[in-house]
Amino acid sequence: MLYREAGQFKTSYAADQQIFPIRQDRIGILIILAIAFFAVPMLFSEYWLKAILIPFLIFSLAALGLNILTGYAGQLSLGSAAFMAVGAFASYNFMLRVDGMPILLAFIGGGLAAAAVGIAFGLPSLRIKGFYLAVATLAAQFFIVWLLTKVGWFSNYSSSGVITAQDMEILGYRFVTPEAKYLLVLAIVVVLALLAKNMVRSSVGRAWMAVRDMDVAAEVIGIRIMHTKLLAFAVSSFYCGVAGALYAFAYIGTVEPEGFSLDLSFKILFMIIIGGVGSISGAFLGAAFIVLLPIALDVIVQQWLAGVLPPSVSSNLQLIVFGGLIIFFLIVEPHGLARLWQIGKEKLRLWPFPH
Amino acid sequence: MQFFIEVLLGGLLSGVMYSFVALGFVLIYKASGVFNFAQGAMVFAAALTFVGFQEMGLPFPAALLAAFAVMVVLGIVTERVVLRPLVNQPPITLFMATIGLTYVIEGLAQGVWGANVRGLELGIEDVPVQWLMDSTGIGVSTFDLFGAGVAALLVTLLALFFQYTRIGRALRAVADDHQAALSIGIPLQTIWRIVWAVAGFVALVAGLIWGARNGVSFSLTFTALKALPVLILGGFTSIPGAIVGGLIIGSTEKLAEVYLGEYVGGGIDSWFPYVMALAFLLVRPEGLFGEKHIDRV
Amino acid sequence: MSGRKIGDVILDLQNISLRFGGVKALTDISFNVREHEVRAIIGPNGAGKSSMLNVINGVYHPQEGRIVFHGEERRKMEPHKAAKQGIARTFQNIALFKGMSVLDNIMTGRITKMHASFLEQAIHFGRARREELEHRHKVEEVIDFLEIQHIRKTPVGRLPYGLQKRVELARALAAEPTMLLLDEPMAGMNVEEKQDMCRFILDVNDQFGTTIVLIEHDMGVVMDISDRVVVLDYGKKIGDGTPDEVRNNPEVISAYLGVAH
Ligand SMILES: Nc1ncnc2c1ncn2[C@@H]1O[C@H](COP(=O)(O)OP(=O)(O)OP(=O)(O)O)[C@@H](O)[C@H]1O
Ligand SMILES: [Mg+2]
Repeated sequence: MLYREAGQFKTSYAADQQIFPIRQDRIGILIILAIAFFAVPMLFSEYWLKAILIPFLIFSLAALGLNILTGYAGQLSLGSAAFMAVGAFASYNFMLRVDGMPILLAFIGGGLAAAAVGIAFGLPSLRIKGFYLAVATLAAQFFIVWLLTKVGWFSNYSSSGVITAQDMEILGYRFVTPEAKYLLVLAIVVVLALLAKNMVRSSVGRAWMAVRDMDVAAEVIGIRIMHTKLLAFAVSSFYCGVAGALYAFAYIGTVEPEGFSLDLSFKILFMIIIGGVGSISGAFLGAAFIVLLPIALDVIVQQWLAGVLPPSVSSNLQLIVFGGLIIFFLIVEPHGLARLWQIGKEKLRLWPFPH
Repeated sequence: MQFFIEVLLGGLLSGVMYSFVALGFVLIYKASGVFNFAQGAMVFAAALTFVGFQEMGLPFPAALLAAFAVMVVLGIVTERVVLRPLVNQPPITLFMATIGLTYVIEGLAQGVWGANVRGLELGIEDVPVQWLMDSTGIGVSTFDLFGAGVAALLVTLLALFFQYTRIGRALRAVADDHQAALSIGIPLQTIWRIVWAVAGFVALVAGLIWGARNGVSFSLTFTALKALPVLILGGFTSIPGAIVGGLIIGSTEKLAEVYLGEYVGGGIDSWFPYVMALAFLLVRPEGLFGEKHIDRV
Repeated sequence: MSGRKIGDVILDLQNISLRFGGVKALTDISFNVREHEVRAIIGPNGAGKSSMLNVINGVYHPQEGRIVFHGEERRKMEPHKAAKQGIARTFQNIALFKGMSVLDNIMTGRITKMHASFLEQAIHFGRARREELEHRHKVEEVIDFLEIQHIRKTPVGRLPYGLQKRVELARALAAEPTMLLLDEPMAGMNVEEKQDMCRFILDVNDQFGTTIVLIEHDMGVVMDISDRVVVLDYGKKIGDGTPDEVRNNPEVISAYLGVAH
């Protein structure tokens, strides 16, 4: 009886079209936000903030970006990490080359640069689909990483393209402690997630899904396929770009282009497969899962299997478990954790009377 | 000019290697409509398994057979665990499943055999062919020629297999029409298992040749990925396409690296094949040998 | 028929030929459609009926011929432009957006009429918010008209076939088209569903004056609801006229009885 829609009659379409139409969801989100902003920084250790929560938020943002492109607009991309790289390096250069550049503006600039590159590599999607497009996005992955490594200008001529992100400062306040960085990342991610949620429930979102589900019918309805696909590439890359900037500025600090490898792109893809393709909350669930899994595996290997397995096995175990889970989810629950969560809520809605 | 020819030939011969991997893709795609991203991982796993058995003291033929057996088992398990539950799912889902499979195969292979780089000895030296060197002054590696020979042999074998065996004919029928294949009386699942086993065999041959050339290491999987642009050029369903595509990618990649690379800082072979395939797609989305297709509504 | 007045020719197809590789789907076909009429296209399987509709709204581009729509002459149509000019349609094999709810599917039908930029939509303020509401009202009218209120929030994939066809019609109607192309709207339906569908089609034609071009195999239905009929066979036009004229055309009769090919 805790989670019920019954009795909440919508008396207007406006009420029915709210961002979270069910009251319990609204309250739930507010509680989660309150915990994330106030309780978490106080309760969690520095290690948790730095090594788990900050990367979790950043990967959620990247997964959100990929989910817009792949989950909503149906264009499979294997190059998310490359767009993150563009965001990171562009923000770095904005900070480096523009005097007094506000950091938030640099992040936005990084996102916009990634969006521009995303549009360029999204152009082939106008003529090709499916696997062909997936392979084309590999071109972005390899080309961008190579370019950032080879062209010294991007990294201010450091060796092998390594950059060290500048300090983050807003209105004279410097974000150096893990708590401060966490809160900054959280604020950015929350805002962008809300914007994304609004987009996918409006006509752009419907246009993306229409193109995904049946492009011919979408065009016949009057959707401009080219415009819609490129917008998905742009918005998606913007999100990945900002995620990349945060990755450099708030998480790692010192990054090289090689850090944004194909492997990272796959990780982000795995996040949305496990979290839920075509779902905003899925991006967060999937990111949490993928960030926590290796840690959990390490603990298991060290606690229980320490004597049994040779040390080299642990990293390979990670590969096997990752891959196995992907296959498992695709077979058992192609809509991922987000769907499981939804099913759970529906059960709760009926509880304690199952009929 | 001589140098140009040398580079071109070297590129063509390394292109043969790409063709090998692309061939495995095409076989599986034709028979089951699955775009098997794990083909590269299979090449790596096959080579590693072969080396592993050799290190255990098995003689060459025994190690070869044992590695082949492992690939067959892998194919059967894949069919049972991955493909069968996903039958009738959208192709893109199957594609993502094979990315998962890639991780599993890589993890398993390294977990069992260790992750350190190994050499692989086939007993063929990597030296220029002497008589060719003497008569024309062009250096072509014996080993590369050997690889090309093996490729030719393999393609001939596959062609014979498809042409003259009952199973081969069934495989071809499946490629055209699943329903028609069923009427031949061979269950689809059997066909899939066989085709994965054959693809495993192709991966083994590719792994041996590549491993002998560059050593057996994880980077093999990246090289194998270059079969993807090859497929874009040649089309997913055409065996000649895979061969021609491989040759084109191999030669242009080498030529580009030698003649353009120095102006842009080198290392362009990491992306050149992809960008070239992309450019090609924009001009001819249906591939070299594919037919133009208009969605029916 | 009802009291609506059939107007001038608004769509004129001239000498249309369409090939797929070696297959001649349409050969030198000409016919026209008048404002407010119900125009049927009939013919045996593979005659080229669907191809004809696809040419009309630009999904297929004919190799030869001209299309005059509202006095504007062109070689071929483009789908999204056709939509902007008031042509909506349904498909022979249901082409709904499977991952979306009924409501969202129908909302997409209004996409050409929504103008808020994606940034406005992202902040969901001002024009974007207003538009969502306005168009929701319009969509609810269509939902009422087609009597599908109870399935509003259902994912379309879960609906039975007959209802899916109805939702597809709803999506087309949501665009408030001046011309509606229907590709076998009653195929696979039971008698009752067919009667409902007939009623909806006639109501649309009657109430909104929408011009209707429809493909249908059920002769009874065709003869009942259409003003004029084009008959295709093997990509050629073999008859054109009122239902009565067509019914008595010897070539049409032989095509349908399968004589003399
Ligand atoms: N996209 C396409 N690609 C290739 N051939 C096509 C395509 N669309 C239609 N055809 C061919 O054009 C011819 C006419 O097909 P069309 O679908 O227009 O027939 P139809 O009259 O609608 O038949 P039915 O009653 O079965 O729906 C057929 O031979 C068909 O195979
Ligand atoms: Mg038809």
